[in-house]
Amino acid sequence: MKLIIKGGLVVDPVAGSVLKKDILVVDGKVARIGSNLSVDGAAVIDAAGRLVAPGLIDMHVHLREPGFEAKETIYTGTRAAARGGFTAVACMPNTNPVIDNAALVGSVINSARSGGLVHVYPVGAITRGSRGEELAEMGDMAEAGAVAFSDDGTPVANAGLMRRAMQYAAMLDKPLISHSEEKSLSAGGSMHEGRVSTILGLKGIPACAEEVMVARDILLAEETGCRVHIAHVSTAGSVRLLREARARGVRVSAEATPHHFTLTDEAVMGFDTFTKVNPPLRTEDDLAAVKQGLADGVIDVIATDHAPHTAEEKDVEYERAPFGLAGLETAVGLVWTELVATGVLTPLRAITCMTLNPARILGIPKGALAPGSDADITIIDPALAGVVDPAKFAGKGRNTPFAGRVLKGLPWLTMISGKIVMRGGVLLEENQQQ
Amino acid sequence: MRLRGKDMVGLRNSTAQEIELILNTAEAMKGIVNRQIKKVPTLRGRTVITVFYEASTRTRTSFELAAKYLSADTVGVAAATSSVSKGESLKDTARNIAAMGADVVVLRHPMAGAAELLAGTLKASVINAGDGAHEHPSQGLLDLFTAREKKGRLEGLKVAIIGDIMHSRVARSDIWGYTRMGAEVRLAGPSTLMPKDIEKMGAKVCGNIEEALADADVINVLRIQTERQQQGLFPGLREYSRMFCVNRERLRLAAPDALLMHPGPMNRGIEISPDVADGLQSVITEQVTNGVAVRMALLYLLIGGGAR
Repeated sequence: MKLIIKGGLVVDPVAGSVLKKDILVVDGKVARIGSNLSVDGAAVIDAAGRLVAPGLIDMHVHLREPGFEAKETIYTGTRAAARGGFTAVACMPNTNPVIDNAALVGSVINSARSGGLVHVYPVGAITRGSRGEELAEMGDMAEAGAVAFSDDGTPVANAGLMRRAMQYAAMLDKPLISHSEEKSLSAGGSMHEGRVSTILGLKGIPACAEEVMVARDILLAEETGCRVHIAHVSTAGSVRLLREARARGVRVSAEATPHHFTLTDEAVMGFDTFTKVNPPLRTEDDLAAVKQGLADGVIDVIATDHAPHTAEEKDVEYERAPFGLAGLETAVGLVWTELVATGVLTPLRAITCMTLNPARILGIPKGALAPGSDADITIIDPALAGVVDPAKFAGKGRNTPFAGRVLKGLPWLTMISGKIVMRGGVLLEENQQQ
Repeated sequence: MRLRGKDMVGLRNSTAQEIELILNTAEAMKGIVNRQIKKVPTLRGRTVITVFYEASTRTRTSFELAAKYLSADTVGVAAATSSVSKGESLKDTARNIAAMGADVVVLRHPMAGAAELLAGTLKASVINAGDGAHEHPSQGLLDLFTAREKKGRLEGLKVAIIGDIMHSRVARSDIWGYTRMGAEVRLAGPSTLMPKDIEKMGAKVCGNIEEALADADVINVLRIQTERQQQGLFPGLREYSRMFCVNRERLRLAAPDALLMHPGPMNRGIEISPDVADGLQSVITEQVTNGVAVRMALLYLLIGGGAR
C-alpha cells in the first residue's frame, strides 16, 4: 500500500521548517520525505497549497466513557477528533468510575483499540476516585499505559497531598496535569466575575481562583522537580506566573483552549449555556495575555478541553447547566481564523502547539514526521472556509457556542497509520478508507 | 406607541421612551385601582399565569390583582405543588402551561436568566417577576413611578440604594431604569456585598452610607437577608445595623423632602429604623399600590389594545 502526498508545504516542528516537499507513505509508515517523489503504483494526494503536518494531538479531551455514554463514547469522541483533524487524544479520567487504577486504564485502551478511530492515551487520576484524599496507584497505571495524571474537574485541594503526588510522579517521570482552581474562591460561580456577571446577577468565578492554584502548583513543581502541566490557562495573571516560573527554569508547561483565546465573558450575555465553561470565559485583557503566551512560548500547547454534554443537560437555567463545550471539531478552524490569519502565530508555531509540544509533554512517540514514523498526518487547507454546523458533528455533544460562525483554515484530511479517515471535512466509512 | 418586544425580562433593554410609556400608562391604571369598582374589561378572555418558584406574597398578589382588575383570567402555579417537584424542567413546565392557552406567563425564579430562557421558548409574553440576582423590572418600574409621581420628574434626581447590592435584582433594575431616565444612582453597602465592576452599569459606588445619602432625593433601602451572614459575607447584624441602618439621624443628610423606599419585606431595626419606616418621608405602602398600577400597565401594553 503506497501513497504519495504531493506538493504540500510540509510542516516539520522538529526542524522548525515549512518546506514544499512530497511524502511517500508505505504500509502505514512514512517512507521518504523529499522533492518530486514519484513511485509506480502509488496513489497520489494533491496537497498543493495545503499544509501537511504531523497528526494533531489534543492532550485534553473528555471521552466520557465509561459512565457518561449519553454525552460521548470512545467511538463517537474519536470520530469527532478525526473529523477535527486530530490523530491522537489524551482523555481525562473523570468518568464513572474514575480511571484510577491499572485495570481501568487498560479497559480504556482496549475500548479505544476496538472502537476508536484515533489513538487514545489515557490520563489516570492522581487520587483514588479523584476524591483528593489518597494517592491512586500511579505506578501501576503508568505501566498500563497512562501517559499523565490529573484530577481534572476536581482539583487536588490539599497542598500536602499534591506535593506528595508530585514527588511520586517525578519518580515515575510522568507529568501531573493541574486543573488549577481554588474551590473556596470559585464555589457556586458559573462565569467570570466582572462586569458581565454583575449585570447578569450570576455568581462569579474570580481570576484569582485560578491564579492561586497556578502559583501553588508552580511552587510545588519547583520544589519537587516534577513536571507539571497547567491545563486550560485562562487569565492574564496565570500567564504572568507561568512566564516568571519559566524564566526561573521551573519544569512547568501549559495549555490554552481555542475558546479562551476566542471568546470573552461578553458571550455569556443572553445566558447561552453553551458559553458555560470551567475555567470561565474571561476578559479582553486575559484573552490578549493568552494569545501573547502562545506566541512567545510561555504556553506550549493548544488543547480543546472537549467536554460534550447532552442537549437536555444544557437546555436549563444557566446556573444549573454543566460546564463544558464540545471543542474537537472547531479547534483547527479557530486556531487558523483567530491566531494564524491574524498573525498571532505562524503556521509552524500553531502546528507545533498541537503536535510536537503535547507529544513531548506526554512522552509519546508522535508529533513529528520523519522516515520510519507512523504515517499520522493532518493536512490543513488554509483557504478552506466553512460555517460551523453542529448538526454535522461526528461527536455526540453539540454544545458549541460557535454555531454559525465562519471559520477559515480547516482540516482537509486526516490520516492515521497511512489510512485516510477524513477527507474534505467528511469522515470516510471503513470500506472507503485506504 | 408600544413596547418593542413581546416580553418584559429586564430594564437593561428598555429605552427611555418605553419606560416613559409604561409609567404614563400606569398613571391611567392607578385611576382604576383607586375606583370603588376596580374592573375594566380590557383583557377579558385573556389568561395570565403566575409561575412562582420562590415564595412571594406581595409580588404575586400584585400581579394577580393587576390581571383581575383588567378582567383577565388568572391561575397561579407554585413550584412546591407542581410537577416541578417531580423533576420536570423549567422549559417543559412552561411549555405545558403555555399549551393550556396562557397569554402571559409571570415568572419568579431563584436563578438568573430563567425568564430569558422562557421568553425564548414560549410564544406567550413572559414577564420577569424576579430571576435570581438578575432583574425585577416591575419592581424597578414601580420605584420609578413612585419617584416620578412624588417628585414630578426623574431626570436629575439623586437616588441612593443602600444594602446588599450583590444579591439584589431590585438594585439592578433600579440602576438601569433610573440612569436611563437621567437620574444619578449612588450605592452603599458592605464591600463584600458590592458586586465587582457595578460602576460600569452607570452607578456610583460610595465608600460609606453618609456619602450616598448626601442630598439624596430618593433612598431605596434593601432588605438584608440573615442567610448572607451565615454564608460569611458580613460579620453580623449588629455591626451591619450600626454601619448601614437608615435611621433618623442619617436621613437628615438627605434632601429635606427625600423619599424613603423599601422593596419589602422589611427587617425593622436592622436595615431601617421603625420610626423612619413609618415616618412622613416613607412611601413604602404607596409603592405597593403603585405596583399594581405598573403591573396593569405592563399587562395592557404586552397583550392589550396597545400590543403588537
